[in-house]
Amino acid sequence: MIGPGQTAVAAPVKLAIEGVSKTFHTRHGSVHALENVNLQIREGEFVCVVGPSGCGKTTLLNIIAGLETPDTGRVLADGKPVTGAGSDRLVLFQEPALFPWLDVMGNVLFGLKLKPNLTAKERREVAEFYLRLVGLEKFMHANIHELSGGMKQRVALARALAPNPRVLLMDEPFGSLDALTREQLYGDLQAIWQKRPKTIVFVTHNVREAACLGDRVVLLSARPGRVRGQFHIPLPRPRDINSVEVARHSAEIIHALKPHLTPDTEAVAGE
Amino acid sequence: MKRWLPPILFFAALAGAWEWLVRQGVWPRAIVPAPSEVVRYLVTAVADGTLLGATGVTLRRLVLGYLIGFGFGLPAGVLIARFRFFRHTLGLLALGLQSLPSICWAPLALLWFGQTETAMAFIVVMGCVWSITLATDAGVRHVPPIYRWAAMTMGSRGLHLWVHVILPAALPFILSGMKQGWAFAWRSLMAAEIYVAILTGFGLGHLLHYGRELHAMDAVLGIMLVIILVGLATDKLLFAPLERFIHMRWGTERA
Ligand SMILES: Nc1ncnc2c1ncn2[C@@H]1O[C@H](COP(=O)(O)OP(=O)(O)OP(=O)(O)O)[C@@H](O)[C@H]1O
Ligand SMILES: [Mg+2]
Repeated sequence: MIGPGQTAVAAPVKLAIEGVSKTFHTRHGSVHALENVNLQIREGEFVCVVGPSGCGKTTLLNIIAGLETPDTGRVLADGKPVTGAGSDRLVLFQEPALFPWLDVMGNVLFGLKLKPNLTAKERREVAEFYLRLVGLEKFMHANIHELSGGMKQRVALARALAPNPRVLLMDEPFGSLDALTREQLYGDLQAIWQKRPKTIVFVTHNVREAACLGDRVVLLSARPGRVRGQFHIPLPRPRDINSVEVARHSAEIIHALKPHLTPDTEAVAGE
Repeated sequence: MKRWLPPILFFAALAGAWEWLVRQGVWPRAIVPAPSEVVRYLVTAVADGTLLGATGVTLRRLVLGYLIGFGFGLPAGVLIARFRFFRHTLGLLALGLQSLPSICWAPLALLWFGQTETAMAFIVVMGCVWSITLATDAGVRHVPPIYRWAAMTMGSRGLHLWVHVILPAALPFILSGMKQGWAFAWRSLMAAEIYVAILTGFGLGHLLHYGRELHAMDAVLGIMLVIILVGLATDKLLFAPLERFIHMRWGTERA
């Protein structure tokens, strides 16, 4: 485990999450989702966030994206406070959120059309490249309702990667994919990230996935989510999810994660 | 071919039975004309141009009023959905006026605009505008926030967000409002043409009115038939393609 401030690469800080807390108030009472979360993410870093279900991972991504506002604290992107959503911080949501009024191609083109300085032909080529990457070039003209859950997630992945955002916030993007497709996409995602450097925050339940993909794995505790630990994964890339080194790192993280899995044990820990 | 056989047989049998009953002298001819007489009227009225002319006049009024109603109703719905102030003012007004059959505007419209095309257009506009307004409002407010969020993180905002995300996402609602508005406008225009005599154009409603005055029941029935056909045709031409698009994209079951 490493302490805060220690970093693997000396790139400038891209995202700074400073003392972020968030409580949701509903008719049934209030839910304390995030408690004083502090995190620095450097330019070009691939950070995985793991934590139990309901601990506020999605909420944290939404706050970084500028879609929700924290109760306290703030998020800085390139040193400037985040006040709203923008294409510099693209979110790949937990649910695919594809647009039903567009076909598959139209969805992948959506973000590309918002980028100036591209010809229509270039946009199509980029979109086709990413559709091929996720293995769906044959479904270019399919309607969204004609796709399976996993296919929708892959279209959403293509739509998120196509505009080549500086920061990509990914919320359990591989949740409903089969193991084989997933393994292939681990490779593709690492390759794209190396070829077109970007800062990635990747949320997952799957510790092994996190250890395979991340430069750094951030552990969140159960509700209210706080940063419970950070692990550097100094393995060379491309990494194979089935490799012994990845397994060793994931075992280490799981060992550290166990005491924080339930709110009860957290209360016992009494911080 | 098989699909067409039952309706053809049904309507042929209906016309045949009617023709036969009339020829048996069940009703006086002056009250119930035979289908053959109706057809004869239609042939002569098409030949001398009165029917096509009247259909043209009516359609022009309908389309003009509908376009105005749509052009006002869609932005009004957006305003109501977007701003609380408009919801509590314009929204309430729309809700109230939608429950008023727009032919009720005829006395005021005549007083304000006289026996003119403007009065006709006004009645048509009042017939369709509130349905479109309220459907747009409901549609916009039913758009799942995740669509807006997804678009915003891809850099969409302002007008782009409305044109490329919110309004398309609300399309199924908006279309149903457009159809309702069309039906209301069509009915109120017919009522207005029967009720109001104006000199600038002789529509289907007027023809119907004069058919009654002249006790020409073959004409009355013939014109009713034309009104039905025009209503069906516009519905098919205007809305069926949009409806098919929505069924295809959203995967909703086709009727
Ligand atoms: N809009 C909201 N209104 C009320 N409560 C909310 C809202 N969004 C999230 N919450 C609550 O905040 C907590 C954290 O939710 P969040 O979606 O961030 O969890 P998560 O870590 O992403 O979980 P999972 O791994 O299951 O996706 C949950 O208890 C949830 O009920
Ligand atoms: Mg989540």
